[in-house]
Order: sequence, then structure tokens, then C-alpha cells
Amino acid sequence: MIKLFSLKQQKKDGEASPRTGNQKKASAAQLRITKDINELNLPKTCTTEFPDPDDLLNFKLVICPDEGFYRTGRFVFSFKVGPNYPHEPPKVKCETQVYHPNIDQQGNVCLNILREDWKPVLTINSIVYGLQYLFLEPNPEDPLNKEAAEVLTNNRRLFEQNVQKAIKGGYVGDSELQQHCVKIKQWKNYL
Amino acid sequence: MSEESAQKRWGHLRKVLERSSPFSHPEFEPSSEVLDFLMTSCKILVIGAGGLGCELLKNLALMGFRQIHVIDMDTIDLSNLNRQFLFRHKDIGSSKAEVAAAYINKRVAGCQVVPHFSKIQDFDEGFYKQFHIIVCGLDSIVARRWINGMLISMLNYEEDVLDQSSVIPMVDGGTEGFKGNARVILPGINACVECTLDLYPPQVNYPLCTIANTPRLPEHCIEYVKLIQWPKENPFGAPLDGDDAQHLSWVYEKALERASQFNIPGVTYRLVQGVVKHIIPAVASTNAVIAGICATEVFKIATSCCIPLNNYLVFNDVDGIYTYTYEAEKKDTCLVCSQKPQILEIKDPNSFKLKQLIDILSESAEYQMKNPGLTTVIDGKNKTLYMSTIKSIEERTRVNLDKTLVELGIRDGQEVLVADVTSPTTVVLKLKYLISDVEMS
Repeated sequence: MIKLFSLKQQKKDGEASPRTGNQKKASAAQLRITKDINELNLPKTCTTEFPDPDDLLNFKLVICPDEGFYRTGRFVFSFKVGPNYPHEPPKVKCETQVYHPNIDQQGNVCLNILREDWKPVLTINSIVYGLQYLFLEPNPEDPLNKEAAEVLTNNRRLFEQNVQKAIKGGYVGDSELQQHCVKIKQWKNYL
Repeated sequence: MSEESAQKRWGHLRKVLERSSPFSHPEFEPSSEVLDFLMTSCKILVIGAGGLGCELLKNLALMGFRQIHVIDMDTIDLSNLNRQFLFRHKDIGSSKAEVAAAYINKRVAGCQVVPHFSKIQDFDEGFYKQFHIIVCGLDSIVARRWINGMLISMLNYEEDVLDQSSVIPMVDGGTEGFKGNARVILPGINACVECTLDLYPPQVNYPLCTIANTPRLPEHCIEYVKLIQWPKENPFGAPLDGDDAQHLSWVYEKALERASQFNIPGVTYRLVQGVVKHIIPAVASTNAVIAGICATEVFKIATSCCIPLNNYLVFNDVDGIYTYTYEAEKKDTCLVCSQKPQILEIKDPNSFKLKQLIDILSESAEYQMKNPGLTTVIDGKNKTLYMSTIKSIEERTRVNLDKTLVELGIRDGQEVLVADVTSPTTVVLKLKYLISDVEMS
């Protein structure tokens, strides 16, 4: 136990410390993400893209499933790691339009470890595996895209066809309409 | 003030500081010097001048501490006035730190509180070094982690032994409604904020699918509007701002619509405000209890008149009163406090290449790393020096291998973060240049 009174009565007033350049300390989030990224152990269906190699906090993950409903597809996810990582999970969005019970048209992903079940012991790798699993085993129990979930439960064949149609660029269900609305909105901005 | 009344004024402290006690620190020597130290030399930093901060400032000032600094980046809001008792209606919009300091200085004779209307991140080591003890009344985990990291980076080791005079004790209080905690952190000696990061309650996050399809609570309806409807419809062409009344009204209306679709009662404007801004109601009595405990700990550490809290106390008065104290353990693999900075001497940074540094890390008996990934911070910006495990990063950082440390902009004393599978944490290497003749561009 330290005894402050005897240790340092003689503190000096805010003297400037000898500064070694204009450095800032690495944050705890940076320490942790360095470790997470260096130890990413990606399955062969996944690749990462770092638009800026100096910025390990913002990157993209590309998943190209080689089996299941989503084979031949290519799905891009954006990862944003905040300053409170790993206390808070990274923000992950799907940037590819996809027909999936657990991913909506805005790219929101319903994966438990991204929200309610996140724990600081989990890593970027855990999320990658979680996302990959979503493509192998889409879960119709807790859907985000309710229609897709119903089709998956009632008619797996139709589901498979819809998935493949969506992958080839067609839209399924009311998403076509939504696309249309988005386009009109965008046009409005120009007018 | 007459001599006699001055004597009387601190009589209660003299009883504790000028007599021996079975509870005191083994090295405690009762004397009048202790009070003198407390009143003239001991310098305390209070971080936060909000609910806990106001209580802390009042407690410390009335306990005889006179050299007090206070930092807060916030201004006073109407909703603070019920518990942040150093502020009045006329102070709304002014700096919390400045108003609080002025109030204490006026009210408690001899006390000199110095306010800083700024963020903790605006100050460097030189500023924090001047304090004997730091006490926090913060509402943010990011801020706690930052100050914790700062205090740990200020530790000095001589031949692997911690130099105790570089330790600045930190007393941290936190409250959430009727629950609170107080802890004493001796950086480098006991558990730090990062060791116990998973103790903080996670932000309440509802499963997205529940929000989207099976809402049961009014909160689900509000989260739906916030997470799904707002980005989709983007009504004001801007991100949702919890302080904008127009934004909140929009969310309130839409949440009400959704709630009526699912027959969920209970969506109110206040609740919308609470959910959007993550507000947890603050309870004045909880703040008073926790701040009282924290100020007492500051007093104990400053004077050694009693053994400090070891080291984590939880308090709960939701139903009756419950407290429990235990020793949070220092984590061997803590990212921040487990490592003593490792110093690596570099003979000539003008010719020493990054490749050679990586060779040392992989080949020397001391490190034997497999695939070290190296990053650093240059002029406040993160920089990836080399990382072989990620193809796209490897390709673009490969050119750095043949650059010298000087060419890479790495200065004497710079910290390089090294991640490798052989170590459970990122290792911080401090590069020490053995020649002073370094030409930095």
C-alpha cells in the first residue's frame, strides 16, 4: 500500500513534461483492434478490404458463400469500430441488397452478438463467423424480413429460387417497389 | 479569522489526524503536519462537475482540501438543477466547472478551486502529473478508460520495479438510478478500469428482430423508429439528434403509431427522450452516498489515517440498503495495465529499417513472434507500419519494410504497438534511440 503523505509532498505546479513530439497515445480500442485484426483468421469464403490501411477501425468484409442457398453470391458488410470497443460491439451493415430473413433492405443485420449478446471477450473474428453462419443457416424464427422467413418455412424451393434471383440482380417481394421509391427520392434531390 | 476559530474549524480533522488509531496505515504518524499537508500541498483533481462532481467538490472543500481543480466540458441545463446544487436558474448555459468553482470559492473560506471548461482529452501528461489524487464523477465509460490509460502510461518502472512516486491514485464513483459503485484504483498496483471492463453494465440493446416484428414494450416501438424508420425516411435530412425537439416529436409520433398497431401502451414523449438519449434517471441521494464514500477515500489516501477501500464497493438502495465490498482482481492479461513498457534500444534510426525491427521481434530469444503486426500513432493519427496477416494491408504496407525508422516518422521514445499470436495482449514497445543526431523531416 502506498503512503502518499511521505511519498510526495513536493509536487510541482503543472510543469510541462518533456514532450516527445506531438504524439498522442494509442487508445485502448486501438490496442485491442490491432490485436483483433492481426489475428483475423478468415474462412476461405471471406476477405477483408481496408480502404485506408492506417485505419483499422473502418473496413469491409466480403463473404462469398460456397454452399447453401447463397452460393455464388457476393455480400459486402461494412464494419465501424467505435472508441468504446470492445465494451460496445462494432456497427455492422450489409451493403449488398439481399433476400434474407435476418437482413432487411436497409442492410440491418439481426445477429445476436451484434446487439443484445455482445460481450467484450468476443472479437471481430467471432462476428465474421456469425455472419458466415447466417448465410449457411438463415434463421426464420426471428426474422427481420418477415416475407422471406415465411417463404423459407413454407416453401424451401421457392426460397432458394428467390435467393438466386436476388443474387442475379432481380429484387424479390416489395423490395422492388422500395428500390423504386429510393430512386425517386434521389431524383428529387437533383430537381 | 482568529487563531482560535481556525483551531475550532478543523477540530474534527485534528481528532483523526493527531491521534493514533488501530485502523490507521502502519506507517501513519499522527502529527499536525498531516493537516498542514492536506490544506497547503495536497492537490486534487475532480473530473466532472455534474451530479457526483458537485457533491465531491462540496465534500472535499469542507474536509479541508484547498488545492482543487475541476474539469467539465458541459454547460448547465435546466434538468440539472434538482440535484446539482451549486447551480442556480441564472446559471443555465454557463460552464459547470466555472460556476461550481466560483460557488465553492465564495462559500468555503480559503478554498481555491480552479475550473477547466474543457475535455479531459485536451490535457496531457504534464497537466495530470501535478495532482496527488484524481477523483472521478463521470457518466461515460470512454472517459474513464481514457483517464485510466493516461494514469497508467505515466507510471515509471526502474528495472521492472514500479516507482511508487509515479503512481497517482484514482478514486472513481458511478451511479445509475438507485445503484452506485465506488472504487480505488492504484494504477499498476491493483485492478484498473480496463481489467474490469466487463463489469460495466452493457447498454440495453433489444434484439433487432423483436424490434422489427414482435414488439412488446413501448421501448421496442421507439427503437424501431430510431433504428429503422429514421434512416429509411430521413425526415429532416440529418442524423437523429436527441437534443432537437423537432426530431424527438417526429420519433414520438411515429412510435405512437407503431405502438397503437401492436396495442402497446406507454409511449410518452419523456420515454422517447429517455430511449433516444439513453437517459437513466439520476437520483440525488445515490449521488450523495457515492460522493461521500469517494471523498472519504480521497481523505484516507491523502492522510494515511485509515486503510483505504480495497478496492470495489457496490451500493444499491432500490429496496432497503445493500452494500458489498470486494477486491477486484488485477488481470494478468489486461490490455492496458498488465504490461510494463518494453524498451527497445535502436543504435542508429537513420539506417535501421522496419524490416530489421521485425527480424528482432521474430528471431530474438526474448520475443520469438510468429506474425507480428505493427501499428503506431504519428501526430495523433493511427498508422499501420506492417501487418502480414491481412493481404490488402500487407500489400500496401510492404513498402515500409525497407524504410528506416526516421523515414517512417518514428521519433525517439515513440511507442509501437505489436500484436502477435504469441502474446495474449498487444505489446507496447518503446523505441529508444541511442544517438541524438536524428534528422526528422
